[in-house]
Amino acid sequence: MTVSTIKSRPIYPGLSPDLNARRNIIVCDKAGAAAVAELFSRAGSAFAERATIILADSLSATETQTLSRDLAPAAVEIQPTLADGIARLRQLLETAPMGLRLYAAGSEPLIGLVVQAGLDFSIDHLSIRTEHRGSLKRRVQCVHCKTFIEDVTTNPVKCTGCGLTLLVRDHYSRRLAAFQGVCIDAEVPGEVPPTEALYL
Amino acid sequence: MSGNLLRRVRVAEVERVANRIKRFRLVDADNAPLSEFSGGSHISVVMHAGDRLLRNPYSLMGAPSDTSSYQISVLNVEDSRGGSKFMHENVSVGTELEIGQPLNLFPPAKLAKKHVLVAGGIGITPFMSMMNELDGLHSDFELHYGVRSLEDGAYCKYLQSRYGSRVNIYRQDQGQLIPLERILGDQRLGTHMYVCGPKPMIDWSLQTAKLLGWPDENVHSEQFSAPPPGKQFLVKLARSGREVIVRGHQSILEALEENGVDAPFLCRGGACGQCETQVVACDGFIEHNDHFLTEPERVSGKKIMICMSRIQTGSITLDL
Repeated sequence: MTVSTIKSRPIYPGLSPDLNARRNIIVCDKAGAAAVAELFSRAGSAFAERATIILADSLSATETQTLSRDLAPAAVEIQPTLADGIARLRQLLETAPMGLRLYAAGSEPLIGLVVQAGLDFSIDHLSIRTEHRGSLKRRVQCVHCKTFIEDVTTNPVKCTGCGLTLLVRDHYSRRLAAFQGVCIDAEVPGEVPPTEALYL
Repeated sequence: MSGNLLRRVRVAEVERVANRIKRFRLVDADNAPLSEFSGGSHISVVMHAGDRLLRNPYSLMGAPSDTSSYQISVLNVEDSRGGSKFMHENVSVGTELEIGQPLNLFPPAKLAKKHVLVAGGIGITPFMSMMNELDGLHSDFELHYGVRSLEDGAYCKYLQSRYGSRVNIYRQDQGQLIPLERILGDQRLGTHMYVCGPKPMIDWSLQTAKLLGWPDENVHSEQFSAPPPGKQFLVKLARSGREVIVRGHQSILEALEENGVDAPFLCRGGACGQCETQVVACDGFIEHNDHFLTEPERVSGKKIMICMSRIQTGSITLDL
């Protein structure tokens, strides 16, 4: 990840265990699961035994088997989509006490949505331990029509709501869990730089 | 430097509220309205105690929206540098004092779902305004207040009558201790803890929270400690070429102020970082007494917090 001059651009320091936490909730996707397995190998089984993993991704039967084995002895719950994973996380947070530590590993949209859910439960974003793995895809909000565009891999990108061509900025909103997309040809309509696949 | 703006006030009321604790009510010397403040704020009070110039921080205790007066409580500390003794012995109704603008280094977290306040002895003072503010916002809070005895603990009756079951008092003379592990072990997500009191109590509270898996972001503390004394040494100011002697019971900041040097400061307790000063040269050992600099910064010997830290002996040249 290149260093951005935009202050709001999130940084992800990497997963580290809170050995004092009485319960660990870890949200990850397929790519992030590797970071979680590494975390467990560093932290030991007592840590993993206190962990619940929400693995939000579409997995084949073999992948399910392999990942469940790699992430033992933690309880692994598999959710077919990111949205399902976040809904499950919110359900768990509803009754959670202090002493819980939240972790997120995987794509930026996954981390962003975990941090956003945490915010709704008054969990400080700095207390959530995060590691970026896998795709560089971004969640973008069109600042003009407020539509969220999921899984953006190019810059510029066309807004799926209003059709404007948007410059994807590093300017990020934790509340919205999205980067901001701004009309790129406002001054000279149609004058658009070539599309680059920056966020594959 | 907002910390340097001084206001003249007059003492309107002095009340003994517990053993060795007096409450002072301050009004503007010209009866102008004071500024509003936020819960957890403090002011510094300027004291000309003998040949010494002191500025001690005291938490504001009244209602944050009350602009007619400020209230502070002062514990007469034995072996003190003279600040609290001065307030107890030389200040009475009608005395004029200078105070700084209110500053808040201990505000309640606005997004918290609940607030657990832990006070020991005179450490109750920042919570007086904080509870006033939280109560007005209908925020969920509870106070756990440890006192030596009911004669030593200030405001016990007032707090219980005003806030009822949200106030829990623990009396050391009855062998009662704050059951912090049980309290922190059973709190909803989004709860913040605040602790103010003697240093061992603060350390114990922070450690208890950590061992129960509380994130650092949910834990807050404030302690006003006086700069520890030492031997006399010399401060050389690189920019102005001046030399100032720091006496054994003075901080560098106090010695500079006594000599008319306007140095930056805010909290005067080694916490906020405002008075961080570059060390140009030093031929003595720096005693870092602040809570601000990181370990690598201390080891480097290039920075010093002049409100709290000193050198053992010799001279130090500062970029001032």
